[in-house]
Amino acid sequence: MIEFRSVTKQFPDGTVAVDDFSLIIPSHKTTVLVGSSGSGKTTILRMINRMIDPTHGSILIDDRDVAGLNPVALRRSIGYVMQNSGLLPHRTVAQNIATVPRLRGVRRASARSQALELMQTVGLDAELADRYPSQLSGGQQQRVGVARGLAVDPNILLMDEPFGAVDPLVRAELQHELLRLQGELGKTVVFVTHDVDEALLLGDQIVIFRRGGVVAQKGTPAEILASPADEFVASFVGADRGKRALHVEHTRGGDIVVDSDGNAAGVLADENAAS
Amino acid sequence: MSWFIANLGLIWQLTLDHIALSVPPIVLGFALSLPIGWLANRRRLARGGILSVGGILYAIPSLPLFVLMPALIGTKILDPVNVVIALTIYALALMVRTSADALASVDRDVLQSSTAVGYSAWQRFWAVELPLAGGPLLAGLRVVSVSTVSLVSVGAVVGVNSLGYLFLDGFNRYFPEEILVGIIGSVIIALVFDGILVLIGRLLMPWTARTTPRWSRGRAVSALAHGA
Ligand SMILES: Nc1ncnc2c1ncn2[C@@H]1O[C@H](COP(=O)(O)OP(=O)(O)OP(=O)(O)O)[C@@H](O)[C@H]1O
Ligand SMILES: [Mg+2]
Repeated sequence: MIEFRSVTKQFPDGTVAVDDFSLIIPSHKTTVLVGSSGSGKTTILRMINRMIDPTHGSILIDDRDVAGLNPVALRRSIGYVMQNSGLLPHRTVAQNIATVPRLRGVRRASARSQALELMQTVGLDAELADRYPSQLSGGQQQRVGVARGLAVDPNILLMDEPFGAVDPLVRAELQHELLRLQGELGKTVVFVTHDVDEALLLGDQIVIFRRGGVVAQKGTPAEILASPADEFVASFVGADRGKRALHVEHTRGGDIVVDSDGNAAGVLADENAAS
Repeated sequence: MSWFIANLGLIWQLTLDHIALSVPPIVLGFALSLPIGWLANRRRLARGGILSVGGILYAIPSLPLFVLMPALIGTKILDPVNVVIALTIYALALMVRTSADALASVDRDVLQSSTAVGYSAWQRFWAVELPLAGGPLLAGLRVVSVSTVSLVSVGAVVGVNSLGYLFLDGFNRYFPEEILVGIIGSVIIALVFDGILVLIGRLLMPWTARTTPRWSRGRAVSALAHGA
């Protein structure tokens, strides 16, 4: 569990990126931070692994204040995936994935064989192991980024717009891959995006930010879709456009789902029958 | 030609002297430029100061500096150390800006992500910043190498022997062959040094040769073959 207790971050130039922010991020779930550019999402994420230290308040991981932990050791125990993968351009794919295990003193040979295993886990052909990142497609690079994030089998995985720079088809593929992985691994994932569809798809818990790091609403995707806290949230998730405000109508032929214009949108799949 | 053959022993000895005088300034200038360049990037104010001092040092003419060296550091007039230290100052002056710029050119995203996955500042410098600054550093080092090899000759005027002795002696005796041998000799040294630096670059930075995707590499090679 990660806990933010009234955290404020003011940068030296006076910008208040995060203002009195509190949040509990449950273990083994995916929490998505979503909001427009500059709303403080990256700042919040980076305070977890002490890339940034808060001006006020505290951040606790399993009830231990991160301020008391060695930053380098802390970072090595937490997976981090960022946009444009952040891979080392002068290291091969396998070396990139093995980076953190090597930093932690794992021997070269076993780090490599572990890297090859991870490539399989994230759906990368083992043939790519000795290529340099620039020789991969954007989607492949992001997979390498995810594999590197998982390399030390961390409990916590921080992801900062990991799929922001790939085209929509590849993004959808990577999102489903992440859902599958998360189903198997059950990490505590903190995921930043400004794509609300991505947030609704991936999040167990979603936190929607306004400018200045103010929380507009937090809850499960269902809660947010069903009852947006205000106009801002409603327009952000597209509920005002009727796109999401679906409700169930009981007809004689069974239950059908109807949107706000009264058009039938579909039926509810029966989970028991489906599985 | 007969003079050349008759004096092979002398020429070889002077070539070795020339190399021995060139290598330390190149290596020292490069090594010292790294921490200074790194420091220059930390603070804006420091950067301006450090880089202009470098520019001014390089503007000092070499001969007066060789002559002044004994007074500055208390060595003997004919001591080769005078030339080595003076040339190290030039190499450093040339290299500091390059090092600062090369280190500053490393992609910030890559640095951030290295920190994020747990490189300490020290590890990050050696494993990430230095290798990724390698391309521009090598380019700068090649300039320093050529410049140093040619400046070593000036040392002959203050009695520190190198191939420069052959120009000096050749001028005094109106003897073109000797002058020519001196010039060709130092050009060859400069070329060999340059070749060695390029080779070291290839060995230490294998990724630079392979960063073009495979399919376009084939095309680039065939384009080169056609051009040649
Ligand atoms: N190092 C810094 N110094 C000064 N201000 C900063 C710094 N880093 C971020 N900020 C400011 O803090 C605010 C929040 O930035 P942050 O990067 O956390 O936003 P974000 O929600 O991640 O935005 P995006 O979606 O564009 O990535 C912005 O106004 C930004 O300009
Ligand atoms: Mg961000």
